[in-house]
Amino acid sequence: MSDIKIRAKLKDGETEVKCLMSHPMETGLRKDSKTNEIVPAHFIQQVVCKSKDQVVMTANWSGGVSRNPYLSFKFSGGEVGDPIEVSWTDNMGETQTGVDKIT
Amino acid sequence: MIDAKRRILLKGSLAAGTVGVAVGAGLLSPSLVLASWNETAFNAKDVPAALSSLMGSDATETNDGITIKAPDIAENGAVVPVTVETNLSGVKSIAIVADKNATPLIASFDLGESAVPFVSTRIKMASTSNVVAVVQTADKLYSNAKEVKVTIGGCGG
Repeated sequence: MSDIKIRAKLKDGETEVKCLMSHPMETGLRKDSKTNEIVPAHFIQQVVCKSKDQVVMTANWSGGVSRNPYLSFKFSGGEVGDPIEVSWTDNMGETQTGVDKIT
Repeated sequence: MIDAKRRILLKGSLAAGTVGVAVGAGLLSPSLVLASWNETAFNAKDVPAALSSLMGSDATETNDGITIKAPDIAENGAVVPVTVETNLSGVKSIAIVADKNATPLIASFDLGESAVPFVSTRIKMASTSNVVAVVQTADKLYSNAKEVKVTIGGCGG
């Protein structure tokens, strides 16, 4: 099940894409308040955003991005109905992809 | 409509599963998949080291053409909304840095040809500090900064 929520809206020739992912984004520096043990790092390292199989933007992240990350970007040249694909890969090799269409 | 969406989502997760299998089978090593994830830069403890590694230099020129939208006071350092936008042309990448964080480099965005130099996300900040946006064009690095006061840090336990 994909947990990436994507909204892509065309306005004045620019497409604004907003996405919301669900991920704990642990930095590896935080201590668990109950066990006092360091919570291992677990964060999204890379998000690749594509439109019609063309890479529009690649985001590289550290654990400094807030949990359940929000990402928004814009690009020109999109048309209503074009597919938008967003996929992330985290430091544990997990990956997830979400797809939506420009409205 | 809901059902159509569900189909798409299922397709998407199937595709993701295939990549996962490929990684598991050693067809794609994780380091290959993330060739552009710069470990040295993201683990760097200070801003110059991070920028040198990420962009090849830490010499940035302050430019007011870079707009940083962030709150003046963030009540919760764990979630600080930051938007970076610029009217500079030929932007290749945008990096977001919080200079008092243990590892200051938070994110870097590599823009494709059609991308507009605009990114928005939410970041964690350990304490009151500058949020610095660094914009890389073909030949130069430009930056701008905005101070965000943090009342509760977002990086500790």
